[in-house]
Amino acid sequence: MALAPAVTDLESLKGHPALARLLAWNASAVQGAKFDRGEMTVFVEREHIRQACVLLRDDAVCGFNFLADVTCVDWHPAEPRFEVVYHLLSIPNKERLRLKVRLNSGSPAIESVTSVWPGANYFEREVFDLFGIRFNGHPYLRRMLMPEDWEGYPLRKDYPVEGYR
Amino acid sequence: MAHLNPTPVLEPGQDRTMILNMGPQHPSTHGVLRVLLEIDGENVVRIMPDIGFLHTGIEKTCEAKFYQQVVPLTDRIDYLCPMTNNLCYVLAVEKLLGLEIPPKAQWLRVLLNELTRINSHLVWLGTHAMDIGAMTVFLYCFREREEILRMFEMVSGQRMMTSYFRVGGIALEPPLGFFDRVRDFAGYFPEKVDEYENLLTGNPIWLMRTKGVATITKEDAIALGASGPTMRGSGVDFDLRRDMPYSSYEKFQFKVPVAQDGDVFARYACRVAELRESIGIVRQALDGMPEGPIKADAPKVVLPDREKMKTEMEALIYHFKIITEGFAVPAGEVYQAVESPRGEMGYYVVSDGTAKPYRVHMRAACLANLQTLPTMCEGRLLADVVAAIGSIDIVLGEIDR
Repeated sequence: MALAPAVTDLESLKGHPALARLLAWNASAVQGAKFDRGEMTVFVEREHIRQACVLLRDDAVCGFNFLADVTCVDWHPAEPRFEVVYHLLSIPNKERLRLKVRLNSGSPAIESVTSVWPGANYFEREVFDLFGIRFNGHPYLRRMLMPEDWEGYPLRKDYPVEGYR
Repeated sequence: MAHLNPTPVLEPGQDRTMILNMGPQHPSTHGVLRVLLEIDGENVVRIMPDIGFLHTGIEKTCEAKFYQQVVPLTDRIDYLCPMTNNLCYVLAVEKLLGLEIPPKAQWLRVLLNELTRINSHLVWLGTHAMDIGAMTVFLYCFREREEILRMFEMVSGQRMMTSYFRVGGIALEPPLGFFDRVRDFAGYFPEKVDEYENLLTGNPIWLMRTKGVATITKEDAIALGASGPTMRGSGVDFDLRRDMPYSSYEKFQFKVPVAQDGDVFARYACRVAELRESIGIVRQALDGMPEGPIKADAPKVVLPDREKMKTEMEALIYHFKIITEGFAVPAGEVYQAVESPRGEMGYYVVSDGTAKPYRVHMRAACLANLQTLPTMCEGRLLADVVAAIGSIDIVLGEIDR
């Protein structure tokens, strides 16, 4: 069990092309970064997520042209409570990148990336359905897996596993 | 009483169109998919898949289980490729733990995963051909699938919900005679693929129903997040087994079938070619199967052998502790993707340092692939919708989770 400790120091990770590109574009958009178990994570400011995605998709060096997944993690009762997680894949470079956005519990909302990748549609709807996070600019933000009239958001940590009876 | 008056999700656009509801009980929607169609005569104007009928909340259930207890749940996500799901999950947890897996376990995993791929593709081929009207293929495919299910039963005791992989290795040594049986199967299977192809590939009715039908471009496929044969049928040359190898796939020789047309036939051609490649990988795995243990040397994570438990105090203690308390996984997060028969199957596992996963999320290949349906079908004929749904090979258990 030889696990190298996670690297979270922004300075020592600057060599990573995607992070370097984001920092060169707008250093204030990057909250931090983490390199752990061979996987790169970049924490992005909420306001800049869509622009960051456009940048990473269109950049010739990074080329993250494929959005593999959008999901969310609830860190209740900590604040900021939610982490929206984007898994990007670069098909030409065969490389992955994880983007994270932290959201407060008040009324969590974030800009949708459906205009960047239309494929984000179902993933964001699922996060809305199960976590109650609003994606502004989403073309059809409605419940998908749960019934239309369902109350509450099942994957939040304060929602009991057996449901409300 | 709101559930008695569901909000209509699609309104007719003009006077001449009508809304047609296909599913959730329609036989050609492969499970419980409901598709709302706005049609103008025979032409599809708009199409909207409606999912969620099979939602079981597996992601939530995982959070209440120990790490090793999640493995049986993963079978039930995509019931046509249980081993792929087992593999993806255990790889993710092993990555979190930093475990090294012995070569024999890795090769067995590859062998079983390729059998699973053949199993899943056979169900797809049979049902897809039946949707389009070729009944015979279904019976032929299920004949060979039955043999694979028997092999699964032999190795794991279960035909479908195998739960055979464990964090740190695999559950049991394969029984005597298993490898011979697989070798037999690998010997005669290519002829059977010829048989299916004889029935379909040159068949004029099949060609008319599939060539040029439900096309999707390379750019659209990437933008919509399609993966697997749905993406490779549109000319994207990308396969996780070759390009981002896991579980020692880099030691196997195989071609990645790619077709350029992006239509139903291209996706059919890719999958049939994959059947042949997969049986080639199975043969390589049989020939080069290394000797050695099937479990990692990590007593705090991997259950001890029965024999050891009877003679060694420590083994008994570890067994008791793993069963009652689980094993703690260092805090962190991991995204592990494998090439499932349908595309990129990904597990995102977050650990907070305890014995239960903090969050398990499955990236379902079918969920993303289903999004391509409107692009494929809008502006085309109603009958093509059935061909298109068959060609993206959806499993609703995986979509709804």
